This record gives sequence, structure tokens and C-alpha cells, in this order.
Amino acid sequence: MSAAPLIETKNVELFYGSSRALKGIDITIKEKLVTAFIGPSGCGKSTFLRCFNRMNDLIDNVRITGQCLIGGEDIYAKDVDVIELRKRVGMVFQRSNPFPKSIYDNIAYGLRLHGTKDKSEIDGIVESSLRGAALWDEVKDRLHSSALGLSGGQQQRLCIARAIAIRPEIILMDEPASALDPIATVKIEELILELKKEFTIVIVTHNMQQATRISDYTAFFYIGELIEYDLTTKIFTNPAKKQTEDYVTGRFG
Amino acid sequence: MSNPSPSASAARRFDRKRPDIASGLFTGLTGLATFGILAILATILGNILYHGLPGLSWRFVSTIPRKDMFEPESAAVLSMIVGTSIRVMVMTIFVIPIGVITAVYLTEYAASGSSYTRIIRVAIANLAGVPSIVFGLFGLGFFINFIGKNLDLLTHQSGPLFGKPTVLWASLTLAVMTMPVVIVATEEALKAIPPGLREASLALGATKLETILKIVLPNALPGILTGAILAVSRAAGEVAPILFTGVAYYMADLPGKLTDQFMDLGYHAFVLSTQSDNIEKTRPILYATVLVLLMLTFSLNAIGIIVRARIRKAMRAGH
Repeated sequence: MSAAPLIETKNVELFYGSSRALKGIDITIKEKLVTAFIGPSGCGKSTFLRCFNRMNDLIDNVRITGQCLIGGEDIYAKDVDVIELRKRVGMVFQRSNPFPKSIYDNIAYGLRLHGTKDKSEIDGIVESSLRGAALWDEVKDRLHSSALGLSGGQQQRLCIARAIAIRPEIILMDEPASALDPIATVKIEELILELKKEFTIVIVTHNMQQATRISDYTAFFYIGELIEYDLTTKIFTNPAKKQTEDYVTGRFG
Repeated sequence: MSNPSPSASAARRFDRKRPDIASGLFTGLTGLATFGILAILATILGNILYHGLPGLSWRFVSTIPRKDMFEPESAAVLSMIVGTSIRVMVMTIFVIPIGVITAVYLTEYAASGSSYTRIIRVAIANLAGVPSIVFGLFGLGFFINFIGKNLDLLTHQSGPLFGKPTVLWASLTLAVMTMPVVIVATEEALKAIPPGLREASLALGATKLETILKIVLPNALPGILTGAILAVSRAAGEVAPILFTGVAYYMADLPGKLTDQFMDLGYHAFVLSTQSDNIEKTRPILYATVLVLLMLTFSLNAIGIIVRARIRKAMRAGH
């Protein structure tokens, strides 16, 4: 797989106060592929994911060192506009978090923020985003009813639609299916495989079968360190490190 | 292993329920306390209704008192209904924005847990505990004698326009008094908004301000209205804060400007009970006046509660 590198980190370290949560992480993530972050709880994989759209900025007392490049630009440089960064790097969270607004307004929210005012243009993007998130057929007759009336799986697909509506390059997904039932999970996974044609996806998951089903590359984290990063097939069939093998075969973690 | 002996199995049976006297007593005590409160409330309301209803008439609530306010035939309270309503509304217009902005600062911007924020919170809690007569004196000293008199000087008034008791100063004094209620209610509403909603908005590239204006505040609206309802309830019946800042013993006309004085239902009840030379004759008017004050407070509350219910319904419907 010879895709171009899109995200590159060099010796990224993250501190909560004085405790070091990420320890010198170097990784290169390629575009239009799915990269999975796996590892036991508290290993830093979600924290690392949140470095890519600077969501860690919201937490007091967090300090990040090293370099994090997206498309060759250091996103922690002084003159970086976080708003522009987050337009290019979308995010889907573990717990679906639709706004208590209509389905339509949930998707239009980001568009309106970034200055799209034309009604027919918004209508078009709402439809294409919902189609892109495989939700259109289920909600096309009730676009103006509350998003909170949707099922958990539908809400999560709505959040994906909301994220892709502003056309990011990268979509970060933080355990997007961990709160869903198996059927809803399958739908999200199928959606991810569809989305990677257009977007670069980085997904944190606790579910190792999920990582094998959807990802091209897998990174295994353990206590703040990147232990091994390689093609998913390699990580799960012939890992280089003993720790990785123990984890993917279920011997610890 | 053989079957356990009969006595051992008997010791482990479930049907050994003993009467739990302590729990029974406590349940009774909580019920009794609740009943006591309800009984007191019913007595107060019943007493006012019983003595007040006979004095209530359309003429009583719809005319400006022209002649003797202590004479049942000529007593009327339209001026007081208007005065109390205006001072409560003007107060609401001031207290809601200032209170909400303060709460937004404390929950969204101020560093939580810093000693500076703690001092502000303690100050707000103390403000809530200040006796209302002290607010009245504060209003006199600050609004009338300081701001009002200086406004008069600056605008070259021939006589006192701002440097005297007015609806405006009474309303502002009440706004200062009810500020803690609005701040605390709004803060609770802001804290109850799931952090996931803020994150979702920020992750879409919204600024903090956009997130507060478009996601946080609209969702906190019912809680903010609860604060408004509590503030109105507290302020409507207060007399002490308006004593030196705006209320008049008698006015021939309804207040037409914010710089006019006003008559007030609560203050009028005080006047009726202390200034009459024939308390037996005046008592029915006193009860009717208090009944009108209660009805006014309830209807102002009812407006708030209905608006809040509508907003909640609209939020569930997704608008």
C-alpha cells in the first residue's frame, strides 16, 4: 500500500501535570487508509488520537512536546488556527453526541458555522452527508424531527454525517461502536470501509476483531508507548514484538 | 454430604421478618413534617382567601385610589398592581442578562478551583444572605445618592430627576438582591449540559463563543427561566429594598416613566396595617390587598412556568 503520508508525529510526548501519558511517539499515517489504534485501557491511544485535532487543548494542565505534522504542517506551531485544523480533522466520539436539534440542523450546524448560508446548498450537503453515512433512507421523511428520537446506532451515524458534512480530510474515531449493539456495529464498520475511499480514518478500538475487519494498519500502544506499528495482517498474524503477540492473542490486557 | 439437620435449615429460612421500628418511626416523621408544612401553607392561604375574597371586586382592582385609601368604599389597588408589576419586570430585564453572563463566566471561563473563583463564589453566596433592608440602604446610598445625584449634575437638571426614589432604582436594587438566585440557577443549568455536546461543537470547528451561544445557552434556557421564576417570586413580595429607593405612600397617577415613583402592593399592605385610624374597618381592605399580591405573584410565576414548559417541549421536538 503506497499511499502518501498524511499525519506524521516525531517524538510526541504529552504530560498531565507532571505525569507523562505519551512517551516519544513516532508514527506515520497514510492517507485514504484506515489506521487502528489498539491497546489496553489507559494506554494513551485516545489521548494520542486527540492530539491530531488538538482536543487536548481543552484540558487544563496538559503539555505536549515533539512535532505533530498534518500534510507537512506542524499543527502545534504558534500561528496555527485551531478552527481551520478542526475543519480538516473531524471527530466522532465514543458516545454519540447529537445536538438536541433536528436531524437537519445537526448537519447544518457545521456548515453554518463556516459561513454556508444558501439554503439549497445546505439542503444538498445535508442529503449527501446523510447518504454518505448510510442514514438517508431511514431519516429522509423526518429531517426536521429531533435527532434525539433516533436509535443509538442511527445517532452515531448522524454524528458521522455531521463530521463529513464539512468535508474534512481526516476523520478521527474514538471507539465509535463501543456503545452499540452488534447489528449497529456492523453498519458502522461497513460505513468506515465505504468512507475510506474519500477520507483518511484513524480509529481507536478495544475490539480486536473490529481492527482486523476494517483497518489497513494497526498501532499497538502500551502504557503511553507505541510498541508496534505495521500492516494489520502482520500485527495480528506475525507480530514482531512479544508484547503485541500477547495482547492480540488475548494473553493480557 | 448428607442433608443438613432440620434445625440448621430452619436457621436459614427467610420468613423471619421482624418489625423494623426505627424505619417505621422515620417514615412517620418525614410524613408528619411534610403534612405540617402543607397544613401551615393551607392555613395561610385559606385565611387570606376567607378574609380577602369579600373585599375583592372589579372596582377594587381596576381603579386608581382617588379618595380615602382606608375607606372600604373608595379603597382601590390598580396603582399598586401596576407599580409592583413594573418593578418586577424592570428588575427581570436587568437581573437575567447580568446574572446569566456572570454564571457563564464562572462556569465556562474562570479557572475552576482557583482561589479567585472561590472568592467570587463565596461573595455570591454571602450576597444571598444579606438582609433585604440592607439592600434598601445600599440602593439609597449607591443608586440614588451616588449614581442618581451625579447623573443630575452631569445632565444639568434643574431639580432632582435621578437623585430621588424612582421605579428604576427600586428595580435595580431588587436586581442586585436577586442576582445570586439567577447566577446559581444558571450555573446549575450550565453544569448539567453534557460535556459531549461542547466537544462535538468544538470538534466541528466552532469557537468557544459560538459553542456557548449556539449550544450551551439554548440548552440551559429552562434552567435560566427557573432562576427567573425564583427571582420574581422573591422580589414580588419584598418591601424593604424599595422602601427608600422608589415606593410612594400615595400617588394620584400611575407611573409613566422610569424616573417616577410608584405605589406597591406589599408596601400598601404595610401602610394599611400601620397607618389606619380604624383597623377594624381597614382589615378587609388589607386582606384583599394581600390576596391581590398573592394572585399577582402566582400569575407572574405561571407565565414563567408556561414559557419554560413550551421551551422544553420545543427542545424535545428538535427545534
